[in-house]
Amino acid sequence: MLSQNSARAAQRLARAAARQQPQFQNASRSFATVQSDIFKPTKFGSKYTVSLIPGDGIGAEVAESVKTIFKADNVPIDWEEIEVSGVESGSPGSAEAMFRESVASLKRNKLGLKGILHTPIARSGHQSFNVAMRQELDIYASICLIKNIPGYQTRHKDVDLCIIRENTEGEYSGLEHQSVPGVVESLKIITRAKSERIAKFAFSFAMANNRKKVTCIHKANIMKLADGLFRNTCKEVGAEYPSIEYADMIVDNASMQCVSRPQQFDVMVMPNLYGGILSNIGAALVGGPGIVPGCNMGRDVAVFEPGCRHVGLDIKGKDQANPTALILSGSMLLRHLGLDDHANRISKAVYDVISESKTRTRDMGGDATTHQFTRSILDKMETL
Amino acid sequence: MLAIRAVSAPVRRQCVRSAPRAAAILSLQNKRSYSSNKVATFHGKKDASGNFPVSLIEGDGIGPEISQAVKDIFAAAKTPISWEPVDVTPTLKDGKTVILPETIESIQRNKVALKGPLATPVGKGHVSLNLTLRRTFNLFANLRPCRSVAGYKTPWDDVDIVLIRENTEGEYSGIEHVVVDGVVQSIKLITREASERVLRFAFQQAEEIGRKKVRVVHKATIMKMSDGLFLNVAREVAKDFPHIEFDAELLDNTCLKMVTDPLPYNDKVLVMPNLYGDILSDMCAGLIGGLGLTPSGNIGDECSIFEAVHGSAPDIAGQGKANPTALLLSSIMMLRHMGLNQYADRIEKATFDTLAEGKVLTGDLGGSSKTHEYAGAIISKL
Repeated sequence: MLSQNSARAAQRLARAAARQQPQFQNASRSFATVQSDIFKPTKFGSKYTVSLIPGDGIGAEVAESVKTIFKADNVPIDWEEIEVSGVESGSPGSAEAMFRESVASLKRNKLGLKGILHTPIARSGHQSFNVAMRQELDIYASICLIKNIPGYQTRHKDVDLCIIRENTEGEYSGLEHQSVPGVVESLKIITRAKSERIAKFAFSFAMANNRKKVTCIHKANIMKLADGLFRNTCKEVGAEYPSIEYADMIVDNASMQCVSRPQQFDVMVMPNLYGGILSNIGAALVGGPGIVPGCNMGRDVAVFEPGCRHVGLDIKGKDQANPTALILSGSMLLRHLGLDDHANRISKAVYDVISESKTRTRDMGGDATTHQFTRSILDKMETL
Repeated sequence: MLAIRAVSAPVRRQCVRSAPRAAAILSLQNKRSYSSNKVATFHGKKDASGNFPVSLIEGDGIGPEISQAVKDIFAAAKTPISWEPVDVTPTLKDGKTVILPETIESIQRNKVALKGPLATPVGKGHVSLNLTLRRTFNLFANLRPCRSVAGYKTPWDDVDIVLIRENTEGEYSGIEHVVVDGVVQSIKLITREASERVLRFAFQQAEEIGRKKVRVVHKATIMKMSDGLFLNVAREVAKDFPHIEFDAELLDNTCLKMVTDPLPYNDKVLVMPNLYGDILSDMCAGLIGGLGLTPSGNIGDECSIFEAVHGSAPDIAGQGKANPTALLLSSIMMLRHMGLNQYADRIEKATFDTLAEGKVLTGDLGGSSKTHEYAGAIISKL
């Protein structure tokens, strides 16, 4: 008892110290690793509270599908739903307010399931809420799992790769200015601290998930300082994990290899923009953004969202969307909570329905609606 | 005090005012000069014997062999071209990578060059040679057509993508610095002038090759100002080409759709800033079997350099195993640029026929022929 108490007191002290010295915290070497860093959210009345942000486009439809499936499986989760939208509405203030609320909710619950928010192109439009959320919550590691679904034929077989992407700096820093009319500078920021923590994350992830190789993707032949720093940092971190093979590859070559021989890749770690490109290429290899799950991890908060981030405004409300990506992201969330039974049942049902190939949504060459697809997953779950 | 203020105020105002006016005049002049004559026209002159002189950079590794193959084929087709071999070994001068002045002079005189693969020297201080060439001759557009070759089976058939990449600025501006230890800033530079130039070239190219659509690939949701500027300039330039359809697409969507199904891109010309172009052009090459079969042209207002973008493959150098197709296709592109279309068509047909027959192929395409046998097969088709 005493020992437990003192441990708790020590923990409290440690947290207080961290709070008091955020600068020091950043500079010191207390970078996250997979094993230690994620705090489990609190459980109230034997249920977890999870923020649900359906997002724009197909978000509402696929989120409904997830809710139905989770409810049918009696998953002990209470959703705290927040309707944020990035689509231009009459009152920009309300969108901003909802966004603030969603960030507050995620900070409180430490766990979220999220669709994708729309970002306008116009300069007068707001900054991307997706990016702002990642920066605000410091959910620095984006994981995108690209794997062939059994029974669903694509042009490439045996693709099984994992894209780990730095989420908070790089080209998405949002720092731009116009020096004189017609001359614009956009800053890409690469820091050793953030490169090191994403590299550590990638290697720990590879260890934890029994993967063999980490490939660092960069463009250090051109951006010698920025991407050079990223690459060198990855290499140094890699030396601390001798059991995992380290390789690096230039981003244009990696894209070419990805479309011709994707089987050679295992875990890939890269700065922000390249992650966006390669996750899209990867998603296309295995069948599109509708089936690729993903998540964003930080020290405190974990947000699960489709790995290949497409809003799908064009098929909004048509009942055509493929909810697989969000359901599988949801089952990743369940595994994160240690609810493996639920996760296995749900993901097995999804895979079984797809491999039986009777009910498939339009993007997978079928003609089932989102509702029909959800229905068959529910039916399948009954038999498991 | 009051008097000083009264005097100084108009002066200040004048300064402020004159600056944008000067800029406006400047941009107007730029615009006028571009719209009156086409960008990147070929101004080369024939020499005494009636041939166009072309600077030839043979390159390293397999470079000399594949250059020889191209020379043989060109001689057999009786193309009015005389080769002028030049050396591009880089040297460091005042800390900058430079190439020999004779080389620069040759290319500037001939206005056109053909370049084999170069091995970029690895080491500190050396800027890549390709980058040096682009900067020296201000080659602002990189033209990268990607066409499936009949007879060589790849995941995709019938791909025919034309991709144009801005070549001088963007992420490759080379402006980088360490702010404090462990924090690096790298600057992506987008200017109206360079954007307009490459966009005009894209529309012009679409006209020339008979495509009805031009599509800009961008990431203006995130980089609202820089990619936003590129996009806005594209919208303005599009107004000068009313018969060509213009649209824009987000980089993520392009990557996704192109790998899912590249065929809808067959009727478009894609144009984009530097880095996206680099990645997408190589990815497209991946769709049709790698860099061994894709040509590339670097287009500038004064000079243009056509090149094979694959590596110098030192491991098979001198063994006669190399595949000269990429360099040959680039040289065909060069002929078209010079207005020698009938020669280009003839050589192109002979090449594609030889590949489609599949009897005489080099090792990388699954055959067992030597470089000169392959070239010989093409010559016999002529």
